[in-house]
Amino acid sequence: MQLVEHFPVLIVGLSMFTAYTMLLVGFLDRRLPYYIALIMNSFFFILSLFILDYVLTVGPIRYWLGGWRPPWGIEYVVDAMNAYLLIIVISIIILGLIYSRSNVKHEIEERKHVTFYVLVQLMAAGLYGITVTGDLFNMFIWLEIASLTAYALIAVAGGRALRPAYNYVIMGSIGACLYIFGVCWLYAATGTLNMADMRLLLPLLYTDKVVQMGFAMIVVGVMIKAYIFPLHLWQPDCYTWAPSTISSMMASVHVKVMFYILIRLFFSVFTLNFIWQYIRFDILLCWLAAIAILAGSIWAIKQSNLKRMLAYSSISQMGYLLLGLGLSAFSYWGVVGLVAHILNHAVGKGCLFMSAGAFYQKEGLRQIKDCEGLGKRMPFSSAAFTIAAASLIGIPPTAGFASKLFLILASLDAAQYQFVVVLLLSGLLNLIYFWRVIDKIYFVKHEEATKREVERRGDGLPFSMLGPMLFLASLCIVLGFVWLSDLSTPLMNQILANLGVGGSL
Amino acid sequence: MESITPLLVILCPAIAAVLISISRNKPNIREVWTIAASIVMFALVLSMAPAVVNGAKISYTIFPTMFENINFGFRVDAFGLIFAITTSSLWILVSFYSIGYMRALNEHGQTRFFFFFCLAILGALGVALSSNLLTLFIFYEIITISTYPLIIHEQTPEALKAGHKYFAYLLTSGVFLLFAIMFTYYLTGTTDFIPGGIPALASATQIIAIIIFFCFLLGFLKSAWMPFHSWLPTAMIAPTPVSALLHAVAVVKAGVFGIVRIVCYIYGVDLMQELNLWLVLAIIAGFTMLVASFFAIAQDDLKKRLAYSIISQLSYIILGAAMVTQSGISAAMLYIPFHGYMKITLFLCAGAIMVASGKRRISEMAGLGKTMPVTMLAFSVGAIGMVGLPPVCGFISKLFLCFGAWELFSPYNWIFLAVILISSLLDVIYFFPIIHAAFFKEPIGEGGMSGSYKVKEAPRFMLIPLVITAAISIIFFIHPNTFYIYDLMKIAVGQLFGGV
Repeated sequence: MQLVEHFPVLIVGLSMFTAYTMLLVGFLDRRLPYYIALIMNSFFFILSLFILDYVLTVGPIRYWLGGWRPPWGIEYVVDAMNAYLLIIVISIIILGLIYSRSNVKHEIEERKHVTFYVLVQLMAAGLYGITVTGDLFNMFIWLEIASLTAYALIAVAGGRALRPAYNYVIMGSIGACLYIFGVCWLYAATGTLNMADMRLLLPLLYTDKVVQMGFAMIVVGVMIKAYIFPLHLWQPDCYTWAPSTISSMMASVHVKVMFYILIRLFFSVFTLNFIWQYIRFDILLCWLAAIAILAGSIWAIKQSNLKRMLAYSSISQMGYLLLGLGLSAFSYWGVVGLVAHILNHAVGKGCLFMSAGAFYQKEGLRQIKDCEGLGKRMPFSSAAFTIAAASLIGIPPTAGFASKLFLILASLDAAQYQFVVVLLLSGLLNLIYFWRVIDKIYFVKHEEATKREVERRGDGLPFSMLGPMLFLASLCIVLGFVWLSDLSTPLMNQILANLGVGGSL
Repeated sequence: MESITPLLVILCPAIAAVLISISRNKPNIREVWTIAASIVMFALVLSMAPAVVNGAKISYTIFPTMFENINFGFRVDAFGLIFAITTSSLWILVSFYSIGYMRALNEHGQTRFFFFFCLAILGALGVALSSNLLTLFIFYEIITISTYPLIIHEQTPEALKAGHKYFAYLLTSGVFLLFAIMFTYYLTGTTDFIPGGIPALASATQIIAIIIFFCFLLGFLKSAWMPFHSWLPTAMIAPTPVSALLHAVAVVKAGVFGIVRIVCYIYGVDLMQELNLWLVLAIIAGFTMLVASFFAIAQDDLKKRLAYSIISQLSYIILGAAMVTQSGISAAMLYIPFHGYMKITLFLCAGAIMVASGKRRISEMAGLGKTMPVTMLAFSVGAIGMVGLPPVCGFISKLFLCFGAWELFSPYNWIFLAVILISSLLDVIYFFPIIHAAFFKEPIGEGGMSGSYKVKEAPRFMLIPLVITAAISIIFFIHPNTFYIYDLMKIAVGQLFGGV
């Protein structure tokens, strides 16, 4: 057994261990937990790079916990899909941590700082766990850890964040219940909890109502967590009032990991064959996605609060992912679009929430109408906001343009032309709600703005906030070229092969 | 032929944009970057001409894309080079002009202005040199986005409204273009420009080919065909150099360039005739030519009148391409540089009049020929060229257009010939009164004491470029092969019609 094969479990285990260490160390000095989290997650990032390299060159990693063979023991499986996701999750967590350094001082009382970082690290552990596990019940445990910490992290802001956090607790618990019920039903039918094992046993039972019901329950449960329209009602308030760091982390990676559960369920527990032959779920999923895309955008246009607008935009963007998932039953381009958009949206939305947080921290503004003249006062944050917005609109040559291309090609390939129209229309709707803000930031004349310009040069923000923001913004452009070019073809082919989708680029 | 030159051409404005934003506090150095980039770029573009005239195609692939058979890169053919030469040569002149203009009016946000100007030029050159539709689309959208800050430069509510209108029209059209491009790729597996059209497209279902064609037409809405033209006159709220280079040359020509590309290099002459698409396109063009001219007559604001004149003249190019005859396509290709030079002369004059005398309305321009003789003389050259009279280059392109119409079969040849001639007459009606008033009428108001006019021209930075453009408009008539334009046209048409 090679050293690399221990890395997935090392990342998860060490994350938990780090979280508790941070709590203890926090009694000594309140500043230490931040540094520990940063160092450990950077270490995990390096490990995850090795994992990706190993997965691409050698093959999937299968790690049996305690040496117990599946289906009795818990198995951790890392193939190209989750190695890719793991890197995204870890890097966004690191960037979020760096960003939080100054932001947390502004938005959270000092006595809560230690618990805040402990909770962030625990949430990270949960997310890493979901990403690497190959066992449905183990996934539930990590899902609960990631969710419970998320409830707490939203409530940390206090005041107006408490009610939405409570809503989220209720909705999230219902989701978790549905998930575990579904897993129980599948267990009842197959007698195993291991994904790979289940995949082998299930085909004989595809017509079984218990299996189909179990599938439906898991899907609905996860959809609540991933706020797929119309199960999104808890989300806008949470993202609006949560600390900016948390909004950014949750919108960019937390929800992606939740969505990843669906991907695993579709491809690694069940097969596409089941989805489109036995329950005919694919086209329904596409329509659900289409409604989510349009409804999310239209609601976003109606918002006057900046972070709330971004929250609704996230609902719309989750529709893109769902559309990719639905279309993957017809065309492998759906998977390509899905995989690309996971990263593109994580980068773009993370950057947008970070800059919204920066606007709030420096200028105290939450409303879109107050953004006038911001381009002069906070040039860097505004630039980051604009580039990330351009990426989500899908203006070439940004990252969002590439994922839009893939999804359009998927719809064409599937001969589902109506979704091409949906995608293109949604681009225009995105343009409307983002450009409203960009217009205010740069182009609407504001007398006060010119006066205040003299007072300070630059944004007046520490580099720890600007750095992650600008890094993500530049990534929006770089990724646009990476996706367009054939650099990512090996990764994509590997993911397609691991997920059992026919076809290659 | 592989060569890195096309990439260098695109890099010129990109680097200039970066340098401009770096030296934003030193206006003199900032202006040097614009001028240096424009000159270097023109030299690079022109250096490709001899090879292309010999029939070579200069290609450079930046990277192969994830999509099979699509490379992100450039391939310079004769037609693309015509557009590139037009844009890059005019950029030099307009750089000088815009420096004079912006300083004379002491405008705000000059760094932003020059920065986005460079980006728009980058987009236009990218469109000219790109090797396939996907690359073209990316640059085409760059033009759209980067023009927005230039249009709303005044930042008044009125300007913002114009900008929103511009976006509403052009980004919606971009959606149609993307749809058409992806559908073409899905059907044929390629988006390359092939002289004579993509063969696989001919075997597609007829109705689908027609639908895609209309999506392409809507997609290239920058060509401002009626009834989707109203963004162009509204966008004239931009500073005059923007109206001049971008709205007379780069932006709108990118639109007609796209249409000619679609007609000749995606659909091809045969398919256009088989599906009767040429007739649809020709009717749209003919309609636009006439109606826009009537609109132009009704305008009193000089820039608005010029805007409608652009709409009308762009349809000459579309008509030329639509006729899919040899002379017609020759006319379309020649019109791109010729119209560019003539129209820019008119715009530069309009800007010069505004700076020197503050006049925007045509009714106020009586007697202007006495205070601004050079400007008005240049204006007359442009106007004569627009009408299509010698000794200005508009005559040559219009002659080709008439030949093109004549090559059609009866009765269409008579109809379109009549349309062209009526439209020329309308050109006379809306241009010549301006010249007449300027030279032969007494000025109204304070300048009333006859015989003692003070010559008050615009600053030299502005005057010299417009004199040069007027002069080149005449030189094109005497020597159409200036900047290899005529040879390039012959090569391009030869490739389309199989070695003539």
